[in-house]
Amino acid sequence: MAAPAANRSNNAKLVLLGDAGAGKSSLVLRFVKNQFIEFQESTIGAAFFSQTLSVDDASVKFDIWDTAGQERYHSLAPMYYRGAAAAIIVYDITNQASFDRAKKWVQELLVQGSPSTIMALAGNKADILDARRVSEAQRYALDNGLLFMETSAKTAMNQRSSFKANQHKALQE
Amino acid sequence: MKGYCGARLFRLQTILQVWERRERGRGGLSAIECGAYRHRVIRAVVGKCETKLPTPGLSLRLHAMDEEYDVIVLGTGLKECILSGLLSVNGLKVLHMDRNDYYGGESTSLNLVQLWKRFRGDDKPPESLGASKEYNVDMIPKFMMANGALVRVLIHTNVTKYLNFKAVDGNFVYNKGKIYKVPATDVEALKSTLMGLFEKRRARKFFIYVQDYEEEDPKSHEGLDLNKVKTRDLIAKYGLDDNTVDFIGHALALHPDDSYLDEPAMDTVKRMKLYSESLARFQGGSPHIYPLYGLGELPQGFARLSAVYGGTYMLNKPECKVEFDASGKAYGVTSEGETVKGKKILCDPSYLPDKVQKVGRVARAICIMSHPIPNTSDSHSAQVILPQKQLGRKSDMYLFCCSYAHNVAPKGKYIAFVSTEAETDKPEVELKPGIDLLGPVDEIFFDMYDRYEPINKGEEDNCFISTSYDATTHFESTVQDVIAMYSKITGKVILLFQVLDLTVDLSAASAAAEE
Repeated sequence: MAAPAANRSNNAKLVLLGDAGAGKSSLVLRFVKNQFIEFQESTIGAAFFSQTLSVDDASVKFDIWDTAGQERYHSLAPMYYRGAAAAIIVYDITNQASFDRAKKWVQELLVQGSPSTIMALAGNKADILDARRVSEAQRYALDNGLLFMETSAKTAMNQRSSFKANQHKALQE
Repeated sequence: MKGYCGARLFRLQTILQVWERRERGRGGLSAIECGAYRHRVIRAVVGKCETKLPTPGLSLRLHAMDEEYDVIVLGTGLKECILSGLLSVNGLKVLHMDRNDYYGGESTSLNLVQLWKRFRGDDKPPESLGASKEYNVDMIPKFMMANGALVRVLIHTNVTKYLNFKAVDGNFVYNKGKIYKVPATDVEALKSTLMGLFEKRRARKFFIYVQDYEEEDPKSHEGLDLNKVKTRDLIAKYGLDDNTVDFIGHALALHPDDSYLDEPAMDTVKRMKLYSESLARFQGGSPHIYPLYGLGELPQGFARLSAVYGGTYMLNKPECKVEFDASGKAYGVTSEGETVKGKKILCDPSYLPDKVQKVGRVARAICIMSHPIPNTSDSHSAQVILPQKQLGRKSDMYLFCCSYAHNVAPKGKYIAFVSTEAETDKPEVELKPGIDLLGPVDEIFFDMYDRYEPINKGEEDNCFISTSYDATTHFESTVQDVIAMYSKITGKVILLFQVLDLTVDLSAASAAAEE
């Protein structure tokens, strides 16, 4: 059966979730093209990337899905996270509301998504530490069995490792 | 931010982003300061009081948030979503709203809880049926011709990459009380038990004529002008009996009634060619493909296309009232007390009930079963066509079956549909010949819905309304309506040729359809 999960050919669908403006697109852009654009427009035009990562002697080709702005009015289609091997839920560490939304996404994935989807929580914009508003995220991730990492698409901090951690888990499944 | 419409808020946020970029570009405020101003402005505007930003020229930009959309689309059915996608790709500014909190409108796929809510009110689905979310029950069951117009649109727009398809196992026809596999080629005609020995040979000759027929090659025409010769006369030339004509017309050429017999034969020959070309796409036993997780994935795929090209999506918007000016032209849509302006309104019939008329009615039964349709070689997915004449009706009846093989039900469960253009008010009685072929069912739901078509003129009132989905088994008429509407809205007809005459490479779809 076609359908979900990674493996076999080591193809994996990876979806990004999170509040508008949390930095989802920036994170992907850094990962795929190693670029950072200070004032990334709201996502238009390109919302689908592929990237291959190697760990040890195995490699995984990620099909990375960006939300295309459909999360803005809570109108993301279920198709979006259907069959996803991994989901990175992004929030902005300087914005409490974006963390609250991230928690809602985790709940939605637990209810609607496939149980085999690996979830990672990414606190983005970790380069602006002095404006930090969210600090309970690590605890939350631990309680809910999520991978957790603070990232910065701007400085590329932890950013590759957040994708790599996903891949490690995807290979183990 | 209650009471402040999403579309405007979105505009405002966009404007503020532009402002921030400019402000920081000139080395004015820092990121954090800009952020603080952004919040202040949004709070102020939402609270309907005034505020100012420390950058000249902003007041002008704030007016721009009342900018019109080129098209406001209401309803997220398949037709509306394809159009929304095509319009956004074409560079138009699209706002797409739906009164429901899910995608798909009439052409959605429901899980078990939603299905029960729709047909059984407060009852709960029995636990023996399995998990609700493993069900995707189509509200408008259809299959896609593997070489048909919808597949071409999917490939043309690249929406194929969001979806997975799988071939449908079998295609069958009901004849004198029995179910037969539909023979589609000369080779299959010779093997079929549907026809007697001599009839097989005659049918084979006719199939060879159709397979070899090329519009551009007069030699293949054998002296017949198919634009003039009636279908009836072409068939008479091969001396086929009524039973054979019946399955050719209904199961191969997919005509819903018998009016085609007196039309020029060209249409029927083209339809038969589409059937055999679709069949040749896969090694499977049918010309059809079907998306994993049900047809409800299709509108979602096209909605994503629209969003990727800048379309704005808002579900769960109550009311969605179309506003008209004194001259009767639509200029916007009101929801939750907020009016958004749009140059053109595109919607399904339910959003403008005064501008449509009833043209028919579809009767259907939705069944949950624990076995495939009997006598279909254990096909996990199949279609059976019951030609009108076999049942003494005016229009054909269709059986569909899908299962866990296409991820629309849990392991071991099958969803079957019986549907037809209604000729009475009693679906239970009318659909009985079809339901009897299914064997025992776990659950059955009966339903009738009215079909509407628009009676307005889009150029007069700026409203473009789609026609309700018909009872046909495929999407050819659906795509024709979409393309006609696209031409009306944009004044462009090029796309019609691009999409329909495009010799597309279907390998992408084939690859996705196979495991």
